[in-house]
Amino acid sequence: MKRENREVMEGSHAVAHAVKNCSPDVIAAYPITPQTHIVEKLSQFVADGELKSEYLKVESEFSAMSACVGASATGTRTFTATSSQGLILMDEVLYNASGLRLPIVMVVANRAVGAPINIWNDHSDSMGVRDSGWIQLYAESNQEVLDMAIQSYKIAENDDVRLPAMVCMDGFILTHTYEPVSIPTKEEVSDFLPEFDPEHKLDPEDPKSFGTVGFPGDFMEFKYQQHEAMQNAKEVIPEVFKEYSEKMGREYNGLIEEYKTEDADVILISLGSVIGTLKDTVDDLRNEGEKVGLIKVRVFRPFPEKQLIDAIEGARAVGVLDKNISLGNKGALYSELLDSLYNSDITPLTINFIAGLGGRDIPESSAKKMYEKTKDVAERGYVEDEIKFVDLKEA
Amino acid sequence: MDEFDTSATNTWCPGCGNFAILRSFKDVLNNLNKEEVKKEDIAITTGIGCHGKIFDYLDVSGFYSIHGRAAATATGIKIGNPDLEVISFEGDGDAYNEGISHLVHAARRNIDITVLVHDNKIYALTTGQFTPTTPIGYKGKSTPKGNIEPPLNPIEFMIASKASFVARGFAGDRKHLKNLIHKSIKHKGFSIINILQPTVAFQNTWKYFRERVYKLQETKHDPKNKIQAIKKSKENEQKIPIGIFYKKQRKTYQQAINEQTTNKKQNIHKVIENLK
Repeated sequence: MKRENREVMEGSHAVAHAVKNCSPDVIAAYPITPQTHIVEKLSQFVADGELKSEYLKVESEFSAMSACVGASATGTRTFTATSSQGLILMDEVLYNASGLRLPIVMVVANRAVGAPINIWNDHSDSMGVRDSGWIQLYAESNQEVLDMAIQSYKIAENDDVRLPAMVCMDGFILTHTYEPVSIPTKEEVSDFLPEFDPEHKLDPEDPKSFGTVGFPGDFMEFKYQQHEAMQNAKEVIPEVFKEYSEKMGREYNGLIEEYKTEDADVILISLGSVIGTLKDTVDDLRNEGEKVGLIKVRVFRPFPEKQLIDAIEGARAVGVLDKNISLGNKGALYSELLDSLYNSDITPLTINFIAGLGGRDIPESSAKKMYEKTKDVAERGYVEDEIKFVDLKEA
Repeated sequence: MDEFDTSATNTWCPGCGNFAILRSFKDVLNNLNKEEVKKEDIAITTGIGCHGKIFDYLDVSGFYSIHGRAAATATGIKIGNPDLEVISFEGDGDAYNEGISHLVHAARRNIDITVLVHDNKIYALTTGQFTPTTPIGYKGKSTPKGNIEPPLNPIEFMIASKASFVARGFAGDRKHLKNLIHKSIKHKGFSIINILQPTVAFQNTWKYFRERVYKLQETKHDPKNKIQAIKKSKENEQKIPIGIFYKKQRKTYQQAINEQTTNKKQNIHKVIENLK
């Protein structure tokens, strides 16, 4: 392991440093809490001459993504960041970016979606756009989001993938929190991430069209190719992680990360920064002799179906913590896990915990309650209350 | 305390121009009350930004709308219940950036709502990025080397968008502002006041504006004269006019709908008569 040069800084700045070293040619953004610090820092880098990039502050998030689509189509590396309402305003253009196969990288500072107005963290925003054809990665810590920003360019720009990528970091919990991070140097990043030189781009020397009409005779083939690219990403992402681990000395071991799952009767599954709390909870419970494990979903799109089934095998009950709910159904991670289980050979009991909506804190005591409930399900052999809102106030 | 106060703690910065806008508006509401426009006849909408907090400080019905969309929401309220006096509070970033198309179309249709823009020339809630009204050269967190984009002239823009009442107010002259707000609410049709609102935290323009503003009503300005109004709107540097730039009574959206409905009924009656 090489010597790490660590600095203490807030999550937004950590990710901005990482993006800077990826040398995006164009950055377009609109201010929105809790994302703003990321692009402010980048605009500072541009002003100070530390980053040679075109920085465009546009009139809305819709324009930000539109500018990125245009810039990326000319063959330049692009970056943007947003949050909540801003991400939803971009929605129409998100589909454009993925349909046109433009490897734009965007950081989403996860925040609840109003009404009621709320600026605090949950995953309603990015989960709401999970069908838009973007790769989605969820970070546990500031170090991870920093690394993921760099990895995302390599994944997105891979010829077998060529899809836009969204790096999700929990608003405030990560964006505004100071943690020690190790930032790969520009040279280290350049060694890992080659220059972006796409085969197809808008170039007057070699004229091409982007975004023509997809008539019924062709449209499905375009969508199939996007589907295929997502399947390819399941292979490419672990390879990129492996190379990154080797070059930077920090371990990234796959689409999901298992924590003490080997002999676990009960497994908790979640994504994002709450994983830190859940790891502590698992450690405490293990000390008390409980056979509990944890799975962190690092990549949500493409969905790591096979990896999850392999990791769960052997557990009697699985509790999934979602910081979002598809109203009228279940949490997104939970329902996608159920999808995956249906045609598998395993039949663990499952329960869904909806927690932390709109910034409600998830302390270890609540995580323990989730474990107790899941263990109770395992012991009883059936689920009574499948969708459980955690720490809901009494009416 | 008056009946429009709420128990919400005010979190605007001490010295912010927003306080004067809030106070002036409450004074206008109290006056309207005397004219028998009841509290329940009033509906407000707000966008997102520092200005939007006014929603919490006013005990009237309404909608804390989404960023940029306050005028569109107000349009919906007015169409849903034309008897309401609908007032839309917006910020400069909110109204002139993300929501600018809604303003153009509300003005063009002449929907009978009032838009009050808290123009502090900055995104204050997200702490100091430039907006469409920020002067060239402003150094903020998103423009460390200074803003390079020429600012929008809201008065000129709104006149060009066919707004039937276009005014500029100043948070530093409450009496004048109160009078303007009252007139804009009374105006039948789309009215907008761009209110110069100094923000102490980012661009403390109290002194700047105090030294430059003068009242249009004290000049020979004729608000019915559109060409003159546009000329006046271009006075932005040494002297800054406040007051009504342009005002013209024309058919409101509601009146146009009513006419169409009445004509349709009359035509149907004619057809029936002819059949007899």
